[in-house]
Amino acid sequence: MRIGKDLVAAAATPVVLGILAEGESYGYAILHRVSVLSDGELEWSDGMLYPLLHRLERLGHVHSEWRQSDTGRPRKHYRLSEQGAAVLVEQRRQWSVVGDVLGKVWPDDGGPRFRAALGGLA
Amino acid sequence: MSPETHGDPNTGHAPAEGDELDALVASWRRWMQRHESLTGADLDELEGHLLDRVDEFVRAGLTRDEAFLIAVKRLGSSSDLSREYAREHSERLWKQLVLDGPEEGRAADAAGARLPFHRRANGLAVALLLGVGAGLAVKTVDLLAGDPSAVVLNAAVIVLPFLAAWFAWRRRPPVGMLIGAAVAFLVAGLALNLYPFASADPGGADAGVSSATAVLAAIGSVVALWLVGGIVDTGGAWRSNTARMDFIRFSGEWLVYYVLIALVGGALSGLTIGVFSSIGVDVTPFVGEWVLPCGAAGAVLVAAWLVGAKQRVIENIAPVLTKVFTPLFTLMMLALIIAAIVQWNIVDADRDLLIAFDLVLVVVVALLVYSLSARDPLLPPGWFDRLLLVMLAAALVVDLIVLVAMIARTGEFGFSANKTASLGLNLILLVNLAWATRLQVGFLRRRTGFAALERWQTGYLPVYLAWAVILLLVFPPVFDFA
Repeated sequence: MRIGKDLVAAAATPVVLGILAEGESYGYAILHRVSVLSDGELEWSDGMLYPLLHRLERLGHVHSEWRQSDTGRPRKHYRLSEQGAAVLVEQRRQWSVVGDVLGKVWPDDGGPRFRAALGGLA
Repeated sequence: MSPETHGDPNTGHAPAEGDELDALVASWRRWMQRHESLTGADLDELEGHLLDRVDEFVRAGLTRDEAFLIAVKRLGSSSDLSREYAREHSERLWKQLVLDGPEEGRAADAAGARLPFHRRANGLAVALLLGVGAGLAVKTVDLLAGDPSAVVLNAAVIVLPFLAAWFAWRRRPPVGMLIGAAVAFLVAGLALNLYPFASADPGGADAGVSSATAVLAAIGSVVALWLVGGIVDTGGAWRSNTARMDFIRFSGEWLVYYVLIALVGGALSGLTIGVFSSIGVDVTPFVGEWVLPCGAAGAVLVAAWLVGAKQRVIENIAPVLTKVFTPLFTLMMLALIIAAIVQWNIVDADRDLLIAFDLVLVVVVALLVYSLSARDPLLPPGWFDRLLLVMLAAALVVDLIVLVAMIARTGEFGFSANKTASLGLNLILLVNLAWATRLQVGFLRRRTGFAALERWQTGYLPVYLAWAVILLLVFPPVFDFA
């Protein structure tokens, strides 16, 4: 299953903020975490994460700092700001409303297509 | 798959493979650098990411080459990436002047030592200090001499040493060259102040510098000392064509910045006077006696600093102006030729004609030199090079008409200092343009290389220096300081 482009784009901000809420991180590790959490189903091209991080930084949701990694490579670390934490709470509220609605219109009986098919038979 | 790639990626790899990866990464960086929306810091970040991915794939059993290819592929296409960065950083498409220097904030800076204060921002502190020094020097001379004309006469000798000092600080030329420059300034200062120039007419009030030879000597000192500053700026390599061309570029950019600063400074001064007069305070004397002279002198240094600081950051302006005005100027001269032929009265034109045409030729040479300075030497001749040829030919025709007229008149009225000086300049420029036209024709026919055109213009600089020195040192005694 491939998740559609628009949905990936919409989910990117809350997912990244959520991962940073677990503790500060850097681009590659964030992508790795996304891939582990979604079993590889939620993916976008690697490069696109960085402009997103820069936007979050400009908005003040995250702060960044250059550090040296163990291998001596320079790495830009990002951590959630207080404002970012507040945004995350707000996003979470919005997503849970969407999730609730979807849960109600799609009851656990096999999905709309199955029901439509049953209705056609009756 | 070779077994040595299976080692722990963190503890080092076979050196040959590491080098190969470095080369791949370097070429990837060069490719990405062509996108204006990505900065060095962005590339550092992406490069770190690429290398992390490569390590991951190598652990999974790929070779470094394969790992690198997949890692690059996973970054997304470079145009998508650059568009995404541009959307986030639209300001980057407008090149900005960064005071902290382009390397600031980069990863390498995290551990490295910071620059000492006076070296930061391309030496802004030093430039400002020298600018204040130039302003104070102007004011000191003004107050000591009690005569504004002394400042006008000595403008180059007062202000340009500070510019030369700025060049010396940046380029560290050999000591012998600095001594030579100091001697040049000293000689110019002595000549301007010890020559007994004819004083102003008693009735002429304060008409400033009145003697024609004094005016010529002052102009000569500006040109000569500017070029002396240029020699210091080459930092010992004054024979090199590229160093000379760089100074020519500097001069054009400097002029543009100076004019801009002067315009804005004038507007702000006017606004200041207006605002203060509306509350009943007249600041005109203060602005006229302090702000204007100090600002005009200090702006010389600020403009010089700007040219150095914005190099490679903002597009050069002088070549842009050249591209815009070369066609217009060519049209103007063609129209002039037609008008001269139809009217045929250029021969009895007034006495300022030769000076006006010297200015025309100076503009032509400037348009030519700045279009050369910005041209990619490797490009084949194009329409602009043909247009330059038309301009050169038109300038030659116009100048010949004027010269014939003037020589006839000089026979009638004899040689005054002004006439001789403008005639000399005219001949110097005519020789330059005539040979430049020849070279341009050769270039258009692919007989001579582009380098010959550049070499001719840079090689001609000493001629201007010599003529300026003659105006400064030889003319006053020859023409009895009149």
